[in-house]
Amino acid sequence: MPSTAYHAPGTVEDAVALLAADPTARPLGGGTDLIVQMRAGRLSPGAVIDLKRIGGMSGVHRAGDAFAIGAATPCTALKADAALSAAWPGVVEAANLIGSVQVRNRATMAGNLCNASPAADSVPALVAAGAVCVIAGPSGQREVPVEAIPVSPGKTSLAPGEFVVEIRFPPKPAGGGDAYLRSTPRTEMDIAVVGAGVSIVLDGEGICTAARIALGAVGPTVVLVEDAAAALVGSKLDDDALAAMSQAVQAASNPIDDKRGTVSYRKAMAGVLARRAVLIAASRAGAKA
Amino acid sequence: MSKIRVSTTVNGDAAEFLCEPTSSLLDVLRDTMGLTGSKEGCGSGDCGACTVVLDGEMVCSCLVLAPEAEGRTIATIEGVAEGSVLHPVQQKFLEHAALQCGFCTPGFIVAAKALLDRNPDPTESEVRYWLAGNLCRCTGYDKIVRAVMAAAAELRQERTPA
Ligand SMILES: Cc1cc2nc3c(=O)[nH]c(=O)nc-3n(C[C@H](O)[C@H](O)[C@H](O)COP(=O)(O)OP(=O)(O)OC[C@H]3O[C@@H](n4cnc5c(N)ncnc54)[C@H](O)[C@@H]3O)c2cc1C
Ligand code: FES
Ligand code: FES
Repeated sequence: MPSTAYHAPGTVEDAVALLAADPTARPLGGGTDLIVQMRAGRLSPGAVIDLKRIGGMSGVHRAGDAFAIGAATPCTALKADAALSAAWPGVVEAANLIGSVQVRNRATMAGNLCNASPAADSVPALVAAGAVCVIAGPSGQREVPVEAIPVSPGKTSLAPGEFVVEIRFPPKPAGGGDAYLRSTPRTEMDIAVVGAGVSIVLDGEGICTAARIALGAVGPTVVLVEDAAAALVGSKLDDDALAAMSQAVQAASNPIDDKRGTVSYRKAMAGVLARRAVLIAASRAGAKA
Repeated sequence: MSKIRVSTTVNGDAAEFLCEPTSSLLDVLRDTMGLTGSKEGCGSGDCGACTVVLDGEMVCSCLVLAPEAEGRTIATIEGVAEGSVLHPVQQKFLEHAALQCGFCTPGFIVAAKALLDRNPDPTESEVRYWLAGNLCRCTGYDKIVRAVMAAAAELRQERTPA
């Protein structure tokens, strides 16, 4: 990589200017995807723009009853934040399934999202939570839902000069709970064959009033399955509702066939994992209702 | 591309080096600073042989760009023993024969010490999960886990005032 420059700007404006000046420049979060790809010769950016020196870019912030996570915050720091872990355990657990402790001490959720791998573990959990990205760019800041960032494997909707500054969560609804589960051949250091993120809200009677269900690794990008959520809303999460939800999940799954899992296995597992994740999310919702 | 000057602290001492913008921290430690204890097993974050502690957190130094170390504090395997006195983790690795070829050992010791520094009483399963990012092709892991558990027990004794 002879011709790659390294910059560590101190402000968002400087980072935007550096990224805008060179369309091949890449933001650097934890580098656990970017540096691997550069070493493998798959990517040779003109410049690497390290986001970690920008003020406010690392850490979990709270605005009222809503959380915002700086784009350069490593996954292990999420786990260390008790309030975030209590409010969004599914998201924190998903981020802490990534790699090893060494990897999680560097890896960020923004990098997980912007690497645009269909199997990225934190992404279905973020989508289920209804999180949005704050994006900085040459024409100022904009907010987009997490699911609008990846467009195909390895590609995002970010324009030249743009990068994710922060991931914002909606206020945690009363009676809300979330969960993320993945299926992998081994428990650590493996890539999801299927991932399912769920966020639901239960009222005082145990009736589901809102739900979001998102799948990873069963299509070119994360899939938000509205039919699956609709199958739960209005129910008490009885067997019929859960079966209808699983069916909607299977119908929305369009996975690839490879040595790690066949199409039929991935589809079936998507239904199973979504069901298990709903039940975990429900127990969390109940615990706080 | 001109080289970048980086000032850091390595094992408690101020250290300066010149590096290419995309050199890895591992390459600088080994080739520029002569600290060859950290090993390169894979260069892709999978094996943990290059594990160092950066600002208090263990990371794969093969996946850190050397210029990122500006102003940061780095601890490597070379700083684990105090002079000729081995750290309990090192001593227990010897006693329990937790190494064969030894290539993975520096990474395991740095990682195990990082665990025991924050949790001197881990369960076996906590040890195994913590070390999941360190690969060993020789020992079958069991002796490593036993050595770490034994080191934890010794550290707890040392820390308990008589
Ligand atoms: C050994 C190992 C195991 C792994 N296991 C898993 C796993 O189990 N599950 C999983 O999902 N992933 C896994 N990964 C992949 C990787 O660790 C994650 O995707 C991680 O979250 C990437 O975050 P990062 O901060 O390191 O990203 P980086 O490598 O810094 O960046 C990734 C991409 O996103 C871009 N980018 C980074 N930050 C921003 C931003 N703020 N705005 C815009 N673009 C940005 C970069 O330019 C780059 O293209 C593993 C990687 C390794 C090395
Ligand atoms: S050499 Fe760094 S993880 Fe293998
Ligand atoms: S002792 Fe040989 S790789 Fe671990």
